[in-house]
Amino acid sequence: MEIIMSILAGVLFTTGVYNLLQKQMLRIIIGTALISHGAHLFILTMGELKAGAPPILEDAIENYADPLPQALILTSIVISFGVTSLLLVLAYRASKENGTDNMEKLRGSEND
Amino acid sequence: MISNLAALPIIIPLIAGVLAALFHKKLKVVRVFAQVLTVINTGVVAYILFYVHQNGTVILESGDWAAPFGIVLVADMLSLSLALTTNIVAIACVFYAPKSLSQKQEEFYFYTFYFLLIAGVSGAFITGDLFNLFVFFEVLLMASYGLIVLGGEKVQLRESLKYVLINLFSSMLFVTTIAFLYSVVGTVNMAQIAERVGEVEQTGVLTTIGILLFFVFGTKAALFPLYYWLPKPYIAPNPVISALFGALLTKVGIYSLLRVFSLIFIHERNLTHEFFIWIAALTLVFGAIGALSTNNIKLVVAYNIIPAVGFMLLGIGVYNSTGFAGSVYYLINDMIIKAALFLLVGAIAYLAGTSDLRKMRGLIHHYPLLGWMFFIAAFVLAGIPPFSGFIGKLLLLQGAMEADQIVVAIIALASSLLILLSVMRIFIRGFWGEKDESFTPNKKAARGFVFPIAFLLFFSVLLGVGAEWFYPTIEGIGDYLMNPQNYIESILKE
Repeated sequence: MEIIMSILAGVLFTTGVYNLLQKQMLRIIIGTALISHGAHLFILTMGELKAGAPPILEDAIENYADPLPQALILTSIVISFGVTSLLLVLAYRASKENGTDNMEKLRGSEND
Repeated sequence: MISNLAALPIIIPLIAGVLAALFHKKLKVVRVFAQVLTVINTGVVAYILFYVHQNGTVILESGDWAAPFGIVLVADMLSLSLALTTNIVAIACVFYAPKSLSQKQEEFYFYTFYFLLIAGVSGAFITGDLFNLFVFFEVLLMASYGLIVLGGEKVQLRESLKYVLINLFSSMLFVTTIAFLYSVVGTVNMAQIAERVGEVEQTGVLTTIGILLFFVFGTKAALFPLYYWLPKPYIAPNPVISALFGALLTKVGIYSLLRVFSLIFIHERNLTHEFFIWIAALTLVFGAIGALSTNNIKLVVAYNIIPAVGFMLLGIGVYNSTGFAGSVYYLINDMIIKAALFLLVGAIAYLAGTSDLRKMRGLIHHYPLLGWMFFIAAFVLAGIPPFSGFIGKLLLLQGAMEADQIVVAIIALASSLLILLSVMRIFIRGFWGEKDESFTPNKKAARGFVFPIAFLLFFSVLLGVGAEWFYPTIEGIGDYLMNPQNYIESILKE
């Protein structure tokens, strides 16, 4: 199971990076979203995937699930959710003000 | 009870930021509120620093969860001296802000973002948990996203998009790296990570993770070859915001490097630290060349952030207590002087009506005080004795000599000269020369700009002239960083 999840995370990363390298603004944002999904899956996988075990640490319990990755992933999801929505608004405004959503044309010149 | 002190440098600005949002349209009130709260916060941080100096590190185990399980906040000499410097920079910026920002920018939650930025930066300095460090990075980045688009001009929107993207990408990489590290050592508490990495003698996979972390922090700190994103977004917003960015954001990255590579990944130094020395040398050279390549005075100062980061990395790379002490001294010095320089070029660009060096001349006839302050700031930046830049560079070079890195020490000295040349160009071409008779000076505005800058320069000069008072403390921090065992024991209490 961990292997499949790792491969899935890897696929998300590759597609994310591919999209990140495009010129169109919206594609880039989708790329970042894919990368963050990959990262989140990755955190979950790193804490070992187990079903049915309680997330507690007590002397009597031998088989337990690690609760920490879930706490980390939740924090990370909230953050990337916030940043992505900000990025969408920003991209909308930027493309409207500059009249283009092509990153090649948004390089800027020496004196501004 | 005393351990709660460690959280105050984060909580005070956080609450202040929220409160400032409630009356953001009442400019007179919110200005005074922000100024008073910043001064109070500085006082509190100074008191905690004094307390820690007397009684040793203060550790807060949040929610009373014992050290490796809960999040710890570690207020030691290093993090608190940086938090205090942050607040000194903040005082200058908050008094400069009303003169520099437009009414609309100020009303649009400038003070809220500003306080959240301070909270995030202080939090990143104080936390003792790697994942929590990521969270504080995001807090300060979120505030910086708000600040960089404040005003919503065409240039700002264009540059901020790149800024947000690069930071988002490196943050995601940070999370991935933490996941890697967690799967290997099974913890995110920095002290415990350090302990466990020490136990397994840092195997190959851990060194790889270390280099990944270096990549993440290197992007935030703008090291060669990851600095390409930095200069233009930093000059797009208002000067006071540029000053906050230039003084604080890259420094958080370099602080994280300092922490991680003095505490956790220290067992394969011929792979990691040796590599840092050469990255530092390249950063120095390329940053200095960048600063010489442009006629835009704001861009000159923005490029000058990069060699400064190179200097600090050099101190980490040589890995001895002199080098660490030099890095910390230079870090503190650079936070203050970069803020001062950004505020200065902001004032110059405002008063001269242009930031193009080719279009200005003879400004010293109109604004003598500003001119001489710029002169002093340039000397501090280049590291001319007796100013503070000199002490930091002296320690760094001494550290490099102790580690037999003569070539890099020579590169560092040569790039210092280029840095001096790059800022002196502004002084010579902008301030010297014939008096421009057609130019009508705005003396009243100039007076408003003078005080915050003079306040920062005072600290710069004090750090240099009074090096004897500060040096023992900084030397203590250098020794403390060389012996990570102290840090680990103070947190895990074994």
